Amino acid sequence: MRLELRGITKRFPGVLANDHIDLTIEPGEVHALLGENGAGKTTLMNILFGLYHADEGEILLDGEPVTFDAPGDAIAAGLGMVHQHFMLVPVFTVTENVMLGKETAGRFGLLDRRRASFAVKEISGRFGFHIPPDAVVEDLPVGVQQRVEVVKALYREADVLILDEPTSVLTPQETEELFKVMYALTRDLGTSIIFITHKLKEVMAVADRITVLRRGRAVGSTTPKQTDHAELAAMMVGREVQLTVSKDRAQPGEPVLEIEDLEVHDDHGHAVVRGVSLHVRAGEIVCLAGVQGNGQTELVEAIMGLRPASAGTIRVRGSDITGASPQDVLQAGVGHIPEDRQQDGLVLDFSIADNYVLNTFDQPPFARWIVRDEDAVLRAAEEGATSFDVRTNSVRMPASTLSGGNQQKVIVAREFSRPIHLLVASQPTRGLDVGSIEYIHRRIVEKRDEGAAVLIVSVELDEVFALADRVAVMFDGEIVGVEPAETASREGIGLLMAGSREEAAGG
Amino acid sequence: MAEPSAPSVQPPDRERRGGAAPQGWSEPSTSRYLWRSIKTPILAVVAALLVGALLIVFTDEDALGEWAGLFRDPLGALSASWSAISESYSALFTGAFGHPTEIASAIGSGDVDEVQASLAPISEMIVATTPLIFVGLSVAVGFRAGLFNIGGEGQMNLGAIVAAAAGFSFPSLPGPIHVALVILAGFVGGALWGAIPGFLKARTGAHEVITTIMLNFIAVSLVLYLLSTDFFRQQAEPIAKPVVARFPHLLGMDLRVHLGIVVALLVAAGVAWLLNRTTVGFEFRAVGANPDAARAAGMRPTAITVSAMTLSGGLAGLAGANQLLSVTPSLLPGFAAGLGFDGIAVALLAGARPGGVVAASFLFGALRAGGRSMQIATQTPIDIVVVIQALVIAFVAAPALVRTMFRMKEVRGEATAFAKGWGG
Repeated sequence: MRLELRGITKRFPGVLANDHIDLTIEPGEVHALLGENGAGKTTLMNILFGLYHADEGEILLDGEPVTFDAPGDAIAAGLGMVHQHFMLVPVFTVTENVMLGKETAGRFGLLDRRRASFAVKEISGRFGFHIPPDAVVEDLPVGVQQRVEVVKALYREADVLILDEPTSVLTPQETEELFKVMYALTRDLGTSIIFITHKLKEVMAVADRITVLRRGRAVGSTTPKQTDHAELAAMMVGREVQLTVSKDRAQPGEPVLEIEDLEVHDDHGHAVVRGVSLHVRAGEIVCLAGVQGNGQTELVEAIMGLRPASAGTIRVRGSDITGASPQDVLQAGVGHIPEDRQQDGLVLDFSIADNYVLNTFDQPPFARWIVRDEDAVLRAAEEGATSFDVRTNSVRMPASTLSGGNQQKVIVAREFSRPIHLLVASQPTRGLDVGSIEYIHRRIVEKRDEGAAVLIVSVELDEVFALADRVAVMFDGEIVGVEPAETASREGIGLLMAGSREEAAGG
Repeated sequence: MAEPSAPSVQPPDRERRGGAAPQGWSEPSTSRYLWRSIKTPILAVVAALLVGALLIVFTDEDALGEWAGLFRDPLGALSASWSAISESYSALFTGAFGHPTEIASAIGSGDVDEVQASLAPISEMIVATTPLIFVGLSVAVGFRAGLFNIGGEGQMNLGAIVAAAAGFSFPSLPGPIHVALVILAGFVGGALWGAIPGFLKARTGAHEVITTIMLNFIAVSLVLYLLSTDFFRQQAEPIAKPVVARFPHLLGMDLRVHLGIVVALLVAAGVAWLLNRTTVGFEFRAVGANPDAARAAGMRPTAITVSAMTLSGGLAGLAGANQLLSVTPSLLPGFAAGLGFDGIAVALLAGARPGGVVAASFLFGALRAGGRSMQIATQTPIDIVVVIQALVIAFVAAPALVRTMFRMKEVRGEATAFAKGWGG
């Protein structure tokens, strides 16, 4: 089945999530959809699967326009989706999960488990899945659960299979297995596969065609033969918008942040930060570049006291803050711009003013003993909102009424209102418009010039090169290179981000 | 988007442009804000009374008889229904508030006995309202901190146990001090019982809905056990020794209304102050609204969970002390009589706001006190009141239903955060 998306456009308040995306999936091909988080991949697939409605554009199956109002329509038309977070009932058996939504009933309306169970065995046998049909799903390893999702889609006779970040939960061995399955499906059944990922290596390994999404637009389409890691990385992180911020040479002073041999585990107990050592000095900006999911998030959480370190030390201005509470870290003069501003940075139901004092609410002049001084809070917030150009009618309005850029300005204003020696900023401009980006960049450089040490985590090369005095690259939990910004090249950094350490060193 | 202005300079155009603020969202005036927050609850009450009216007709023999002969006399059926409804509801009203004319003439006559008699319904209504305020505040505090405390019943029982012990163990204390001691004891008992699920959640992640329900059973059994011990039991009865201290009556000995209502209103004001004006309340609300952001901002959600549950339990415990100091002087089996669960209804209707808790408690207190008179005066069963109460909550919990009934437009941000308690 030939699937065509034409001019798909989807707007969310303040965000253009998909901007006239064209995409054609040929029968039997593995089509990789490559892009950073927030590039619009998931939105596009949700439109394709009937979970969202496109504002513009059409979907064609074998040349016929179709509309999907709900996932049921998409499934009926021959689409199957394996979500990043599995849609399985953990306490049901494999067979029950596969039947779910397409229950085969025997006489008297009783569930015909036997027939479904036979089908599970047949499908999984054909592809060497080895899935026990009667096993309870929650007892199965993650990789096997994913295969159950695949079987589920095949049981519904899917011609187009969408795999949303399928490898993010898999071990390397399981990933290899999955690739074999994908190959078998396209070869034996002629199934088309849309493979969503941000991992370059996997794209090069399995894709027949590659489409790169960036900031809601399809910025290019290519094949693994015609391209290489570096070009893909450049396409992903973009170079068409030249972000510039005027800044003088850094005048680095004493080290403020000293990380030595740090090791951090993720929620599943895997070591995702492995032996990282990094120093950031007063008056310099160090940018930690890297593709999403290479341990940057956990590294920042460890610095901020939000995640324990399993080995190594973190010092701020000489004092050991390894294992300190978030409050102690903030008190030590560390400012934090979290990666997910709505989840970790703001209480959206609270007023802008209350968010402005979210981590200083109990200190003078905002409180005496336990009594809050709301006038002092309002005055300070008015001042902060004015000096950071937060566009709102009143700081008494809920933070949820602000656009993303203005929400981020509230966070930056809050962190800069405290005396900080170190600023840790994760993706400080993700999803923002160019105006807000420039503004926030300028304020960060000003902070550096005041003598603060700044650590920026970014997946955007533009941002890295606009801000950094030094660039560190993180790949697979390790820092694979640190270079002064003026000698670093986009190509070299791109290659390091893609995990090609040797090539980068050679080139 | 314009070039951002220099930071030190006042930006030239600070207006709506660029922001995602909904049109017409100006700074909310107090009265508009008030109306916005009470619209749904009020309409829910109206809707519940309408459905209640149907039930009254269905339970009224005369009206049903007339409906049987609908085709002979359609007007008769309607008028019989109308009279059943109006009689029942006016009996409900006068049962809760008295006859306005009687009260006026009694006050005019200046006869103290007459005035007292005319105020008897209001007195009973306030007596029924008082414990509801305590349990409602208890659940509301939990809601605001993102916790669903279903353990009011158990916490009230525990508060009553400690309060009863304090109430009969020091018979020689001066009255006011003894009353204060019993109140404090009630708070401490409930607070300890509330702290347990808070601690379990903070330490192990055990969901408070489960643990508080289980602790309810334990509390009830604990009361039964203690009533078998010589320390609590009076003679051979399964009833505890009576509490010596009493709340003074407010309007003379013939009316039961007592100082408890004043304490309840003071506590409500205190809780409102705590939630809205203090750093403690700020942390409660921050953790309730977004625990991740609260944690990243240096707050300790686990510690806040424990303190919120402790306070919530303590407030439920005050309801126990209140009953001992007034209408039920002795701890006995089934002491809490479901009051702990009524707190959930009160807090839901109140939108978890202390002021709303007071209003909702008066409503439910009035329904309860009025329902008794209604049953006596019109034979309309008092169970109708329970049904109305349940319907109010159903309508509050399903704002979409009320909106459809009254053709209201959806208001942004109206969704309640109560379900969060189930999230984990």
